[in-house]
Amino acid sequence: MPDVSSAYSAQFGAVLARASGAIKLRIAASCCLLFLAATTVYAGSLSSSELIKNARQYDGKTVTYAGEAIGEVMARGGFAWINVNDGKNAIGIWLPKELVKDIAYTGSYASRGDGVEVSGVFHRACLEHGGDLDIHALALRKVTSGEGVGRGLSGYKRNLAFVLLGVLCLVLILRQLKIKQIQK
Amino acid sequence: MILKPGIDDIKIIGYYLGKIILSLGFTMLLAIVVGMAFGELDPVMDFVIGMEAALISGLVLTKLCFTQKDLNWMQGMIVVSLSWLAAMVLGAIPLYLSGHWNSYLDACFDAMSGFATTGLTLVQDLDHLSFAHNFWRHLIMFIGGQGIVIIALSFFVRGFSGAFKMYVSEGRDERVLPNVIHTARFIWLVSIVYLILGTTALGIAGILGGLKPVNAFFHGACLFMAAFDTGGFAPQSQNILYYHSLPLEIITIMIMVLGALNFKLHYHIWMGNRKEILKDIETVTFFFTATITFAIVAAGLIPTGTYPKAVMLFRKGFYQLISGHTGTGFMTIYADQFINEWSHLALVSVICAMALGGAVCSTTGAIKMLRIGIIFKAFKEDLKRIILPERAVVIEKFHHIKTVFLTDKQVRSALLITLAYLVLYGLGSLVGMFFGYPFLDSLFESTSAAANVGLSCGITNAGMPDALKITYIVQMWAGRLEFMSIFTLIGFLVVSIRGR
Repeated sequence: MPDVSSAYSAQFGAVLARASGAIKLRIAASCCLLFLAATTVYAGSLSSSELIKNARQYDGKTVTYAGEAIGEVMARGGFAWINVNDGKNAIGIWLPKELVKDIAYTGSYASRGDGVEVSGVFHRACLEHGGDLDIHALALRKVTSGEGVGRGLSGYKRNLAFVLLGVLCLVLILRQLKIKQIQK
Repeated sequence: MILKPGIDDIKIIGYYLGKIILSLGFTMLLAIVVGMAFGELDPVMDFVIGMEAALISGLVLTKLCFTQKDLNWMQGMIVVSLSWLAAMVLGAIPLYLSGHWNSYLDACFDAMSGFATTGLTLVQDLDHLSFAHNFWRHLIMFIGGQGIVIIALSFFVRGFSGAFKMYVSEGRDERVLPNVIHTARFIWLVSIVYLILGTTALGIAGILGGLKPVNAFFHGACLFMAAFDTGGFAPQSQNILYYHSLPLEIITIMIMVLGALNFKLHYHIWMGNRKEILKDIETVTFFFTATITFAIVAAGLIPTGTYPKAVMLFRKGFYQLISGHTGTGFMTIYADQFINEWSHLALVSVICAMALGGAVCSTTGAIKMLRIGIIFKAFKEDLKRIILPERAVVIEKFHHIKTVFLTDKQVRSALLITLAYLVLYGLGSLVGMFFGYPFLDSLFESTSAAANVGLSCGITNAGMPDALKITYIVQMWAGRLEFMSIFTLIGFLVVSIRGR
């Protein structure tokens, strides 16, 4: 298996250059720990099912994981959480705030989220985050751009609603007629 | 000779069933309002269709079966058991129309899971579900938690003596207030007050956790409904893990425990009688069972190094345990992690906690604390009888709002319901094993369904066999109504065929 790629190191260096002093220190410290911990990098993107099923095997290793950014980007100080769904499960990604600036869309009813590829250290039970299964990202690459999803009204549903409304009105009219008959 | 039910029986059942269906139809208005607020036109149409279907069915039933006669016990029980089936069928309409469920059976599964406050789900692509549908998923938990009949009693029924029969048939053993309609309204008052407080707390936790204010309060309201009604649905596919937030987890633990308390106890606490919480047999039993089962979970997780730090043990071990014990089903781990990473000892302990449940007259399912407490007291009494001299008079009593002397009738009733639950857990496990799932997985999922919990070890998914989906639906239904209504319905159907 190859070592941490130079591309990720370069991207991470750029992130570090943009960060403020205190954040720089935290990023640098985290970075050193992560690099020490990450003895193996798994080439190619791993699926969420593979990671969850074989969590002990990948624990502490640098992995690549890709999927759609869903929900919201949740900023926490100089870092942020994003959740990335590969179609089977969503996995939490903890990353420096600078890395999320390219994310324009996150998946929801109204939009399809950006497709992202994350490289980082996988944790089966993260010591820093109360045992969460997560990935501490070293680099994030936007693979596809998300977009707003226009959802028009379905003609079939509209017609069905009108038919049922007609039936409902008919039932109400018959009911009223019956009541009047009884009153007479 | 067994008498066949007459046309009068069917008319009375149909009339009250129609009334409950009508009230259920009107609740869809809330989802329509949410959909309109978020500009979701297509989802709004799903609820318009669902509401129209409910109103048509309700109006036709109340018209065809119009009667001024009151319900007897048998009719009350049948009305309740059929109401829950009708709620499932009608509540599933907007879910199915959304296109996020593979089949109508899957939508029915989630509707029953919601109404029965279970939390097992077959939804597809939840992260792209509309606000309106997400709100409906959680609202049906709120409705089901208080009881479908409670809604009808609270808002749509002016008062009749059959109300108490329907109230009891819905798996509630106790009245908070002498009048059952006042009891129903009190249950709603408690729930609405907690809804406001809980949503605010969860909303603030969400904002602090990085959510936008609108989303934070929407998620807060949904999570509150799922937590207080010990349901377990959440707006995102990762359930509570989505938020990565300790404060939010702590708040949900508090709400889950509140939801697992007896509404009668809530009433006494509200009236200033706070010492009740320390004396009541249910809270005392809950404290002991939660402590013991957590100790076993910890014993199962620590040696394997699954969660090496105390905070991890709390956020993963304790959270899943208390979620299971209160019958909620919120998860901060993935379903597969239960099987892949948890030891059998820890899993069995969670299964036991799920099987026990919370308080009677609460929103939880399962055997419930009062029955466990009574059975324990009965064992203690029998043990005393053996140890003490034959002439000694052995009396056992317990405190449940007031001091009560233990009677054989109470013990018999508690043991019968406990036995019925154990059989239900076992039967579901057998069906699971029949379809090739391992014993422990099957037992876990079956207990979760029958006890209306919602924790999953991975069996529940859209690809599981239809027969297993139907088995879990029946388990959720029977578990929520505590059997008697279901047995009465079965008896009614048998007599309809075989009687004279």
